[in-house]
Amino acid sequence: MQQRWGLPIVAWPSRLRPSLWDGLAIPLVFGAIMLIAWANKQMSVPYQPGVALPISLDPSYLPEYGVRTVLRMIAALGASLVFSLSYAAVAAKSKRAEKVLIPILDMLQSVPILGFLSITVTGFIALFPGSLLGYECAAIFAIFTSQAWNMTFSLYQSFSAVPHDLREAARMYHLSPWQSFWRLEVPFATPQLIWNMMMSVSGGWFFVVASEAISVSNNQVLLPGIGSYISLAIDHRDLSAVLYAILTMLVLILIYDQLLFRPLLAWAQRFRFEEIGQDEIEPPWFMVMMQRARIVRLFSFTIHALGDFLSKAAKRVPRRARRPARAPRNTIVADVIWNVAVVGFAVAALIEIGLFIHDEVGLREVGHVMLLGLATLARVIVLIALAALLWVPIGVWIGLRPRLARHVQPVIQFLAAFPANLFFPIFVSAIVIYKLNPEIWLSPLMILGTQWYILFNVIAGTMALPYDYQLVAGNLGIRNWLWWKRLILPGIFPAFVTGAVTASGGSWNASIVAEVAKWGDTTLQATGIGAYIAQMTEQGDFPRIALGITVLSLYVLLFNRLLWRRLYQLAEERLRLD
Amino acid sequence: MDTITNGDLISTAGICKTYQQPDHAGRLVLDHIDFTLKEGEIVAILGKSGSGKSTFLRVVAGLTPPTEGTVTYRGQPVYEPAQGIAMVFQSFALFPWLTVLGNVELGLEALGVPREERRQRAIAAIDLIGLDGFESAYPKELSGGMRQRVGFARALVVNPDVLLLDEPFSALDVLTGETLRGDIEDLWVERRIPTKGIIFVSHNIDEAVAMSDRIIVFGSDPGCIRSEIQVPLARPRDWSTPAFRRIVDEVYTLLTTVPGRETTRRGSRVDQLSMQYRLPDASIQQLVGLLDALTIEPFNGRADLPHLADNENLATDDLMVLIEALQLLGFAQVGGGDIEVTPVGRTFVDADLLRRKQLFAESMMRNIAFIAHIRRILDERPGHSAPEGRFLGELEDHLSEEEAQRVLETVINWGRYAELFAYDYDRGVLSLENP
Repeated sequence: MQQRWGLPIVAWPSRLRPSLWDGLAIPLVFGAIMLIAWANKQMSVPYQPGVALPISLDPSYLPEYGVRTVLRMIAALGASLVFSLSYAAVAAKSKRAEKVLIPILDMLQSVPILGFLSITVTGFIALFPGSLLGYECAAIFAIFTSQAWNMTFSLYQSFSAVPHDLREAARMYHLSPWQSFWRLEVPFATPQLIWNMMMSVSGGWFFVVASEAISVSNNQVLLPGIGSYISLAIDHRDLSAVLYAILTMLVLILIYDQLLFRPLLAWAQRFRFEEIGQDEIEPPWFMVMMQRARIVRLFSFTIHALGDFLSKAAKRVPRRARRPARAPRNTIVADVIWNVAVVGFAVAALIEIGLFIHDEVGLREVGHVMLLGLATLARVIVLIALAALLWVPIGVWIGLRPRLARHVQPVIQFLAAFPANLFFPIFVSAIVIYKLNPEIWLSPLMILGTQWYILFNVIAGTMALPYDYQLVAGNLGIRNWLWWKRLILPGIFPAFVTGAVTASGGSWNASIVAEVAKWGDTTLQATGIGAYIAQMTEQGDFPRIALGITVLSLYVLLFNRLLWRRLYQLAEERLRLD
Repeated sequence: MDTITNGDLISTAGICKTYQQPDHAGRLVLDHIDFTLKEGEIVAILGKSGSGKSTFLRVVAGLTPPTEGTVTYRGQPVYEPAQGIAMVFQSFALFPWLTVLGNVELGLEALGVPREERRQRAIAAIDLIGLDGFESAYPKELSGGMRQRVGFARALVVNPDVLLLDEPFSALDVLTGETLRGDIEDLWVERRIPTKGIIFVSHNIDEAVAMSDRIIVFGSDPGCIRSEIQVPLARPRDWSTPAFRRIVDEVYTLLTTVPGRETTRRGSRVDQLSMQYRLPDASIQQLVGLLDALTIEPFNGRADLPHLADNENLATDDLMVLIEALQLLGFAQVGGGDIEVTPVGRTFVDADLLRRKQLFAESMMRNIAFIAHIRRILDERPGHSAPEGRFLGELEDHLSEEEAQRVLETVINWGRYAELFAYDYDRGVLSLENP
């Protein structure tokens, strides 16, 4: 009986014998290790504020800058992962913590990411005086904020949705809470987490570019990276340097797409809870390599052995049945204390904010910023409407042709990942040259990067419409406007809302970098809250930065609550297909 | 090992379970259950949905603490899942990201069994349950029957004293379920598993009679032990013997009579069902179809229940729901394992579509207090409409949120059919308007 299963165990040396794929895998693995060591050294070089770091426009530096940018991204992703795992676990496990943690997360999601950079950078610099590490941390933190909330929400939702029977099975078979976290909850959450993570990384490229050029009180620090390169190119009005930067980014995202995004998505399939569907992902080449290369197997073998050792070390002492604590009254008292504490804290914070605004900026300024917010709000609404008008018909057209759609989808994912701010200089130089009105022509920049979410979701929504519906429509002779009104628009509505929510969130975020633009020494400015925040950041006026960010967050929050969430509910209740 | 006990594996004393609902009074789901599982015994627990039989099994398993009373396993109180008790779930509850082998090994891994031993034991269990060759398959590659075999292997690999089976075959088709059940029975009879006792929750009567030494019938609202039936048949059991059929008939009768109505005759039924009665979620189409079938050949108005189930190709639990509904409406009555169409039922069958709706409406107003109550409120209200939330709230005083939702859905369905009231989904409003 053991013969059959003994085979893989006994034969492990041959399993680990090098294969052709190792020719690829070995350099990749060791290259990665060396890279991390090098970057570590680079990041912690001594640095005095005020000294400009040498950034060169020579394209030969671009690979190095690219690597630095990518490493920042990876560091942020790692931090986000650790943060979201712990935060979501606590929120899902403790009812009390949940009451506080989840609304906080919801708020944090609405705070514009670039706002975090302006606020936190001084703190990080103080943490590592005389070293570049402070600036690096600030940049990484900004990227972190673009990924962490999203991932945490996804994890929290998955943790809360773990099927009851699986939880019972885990308890019935005596898995400890620690074991069931790693064997049940995390695997269950993995597919959604990976998808969210990959989406976050795609969005993160935008912020990695934006956060490398940090202004601290009239003092700009350029961290070596693609973002700094392009900001230098803007200063020098060097359009060809801009193009080089775009090209480098293109290559980087292509690598990210091939080495990380697609393999991870394919790998996450196996954690999927549902039955095997028809939309199984074809294994990408990189994953095939990881599975075939023996060196990777050697690693996984080591990890298994380690896990084995740990589980042996943690071998449980036979537990005595213990009586569960039955003290409902204590819990109620504790609950009351906790609730009072939370409410008290919130009230205190509110008073603090009120005093701060009153003392530092005055009510008139608040009113002014509110109006600026309205201007940006108008932009966002118009842009989403325009993008919908443009992309809905195109998306439906593509979605009705599944074969075409399969080829187009990866391209759109790629476009969505591409940091749109790299294209800004091209637009801005055109606005300068043709003397266009910045109030109008700067606006499209806000949606440049996020419009793809609308297209992407509309295509997916159209493809999900059962073919039968089209047959019925054809059979009944439903055409033209009636076809849109009764079949397509209701059918794709849920998908469209999902896309539009993402697009609008992204546009609010982008307003900080899109409403003010430079080309050499020309500065273009549109009226809006994004421009206000950017301006105050440049001046290092912290109370006003805080005011701007608070008001902007408030707008985002209200906009989401009053519009998107309702549309979402409508879509959920009435127009879902099932 | 068993020298310290008197042969009782599991015993429960005065088990009560109350679910605390937000904004509502506690809802009693289990009412003073005293139960004993002796060594060498298979006990089946039968009852319709909502009788708390699954909750009871979870209390025994140590997954849910009872509000009152105690569970002991070999004399030791059970407060959390005890070693020596294993459970098989209706939904299999396999970890989809682990292979068959990984799933079976999981329990051993949690106990800290060394890798080699764990693999050996897992493979032995897999072989025992007839899954050889599927060790490296993922659950989603397997059919339902194969998956439940993994569920059994996972339970058996820890060498449990007591096996708790929560409707283990009800998610499988009849043939697959029967094969697996037979295999488990064989393992038990041939003593190839170390298990000393099995508690087995089911709603399939044939299955329960075939498998168990004793059947406990649970009553509903709140769950309680209504009766106990011994099954003194030799194994292997022949389903067609009169002794077997007699027990099946007996259980059918017990399960299909609505409590307090065993002897009702037309005319004596003046008392309506209480407001909180858990309406069975029977579909109108099936109700009418069954009633039609009952009045024609071969039944001509009277049918043996197991025979009817066979003939109409209905699972016992589905049939039970329909029969309960027919009884509630006064269209049929049950006695001695038989169902008989009442005169009202006959009138209904003979009527045309419009008249049927009227008869249905009259019958509901007469027999189902909650529906009469809804209609009364709608009549009295100035706008002749009321939000569904109000009625849902009333139901939630007695039922779980989920159950209340289900009952209200049934009420709306029946009410719409009988045109007693209209319902607007978008606004969530019940009204007397004609749409």
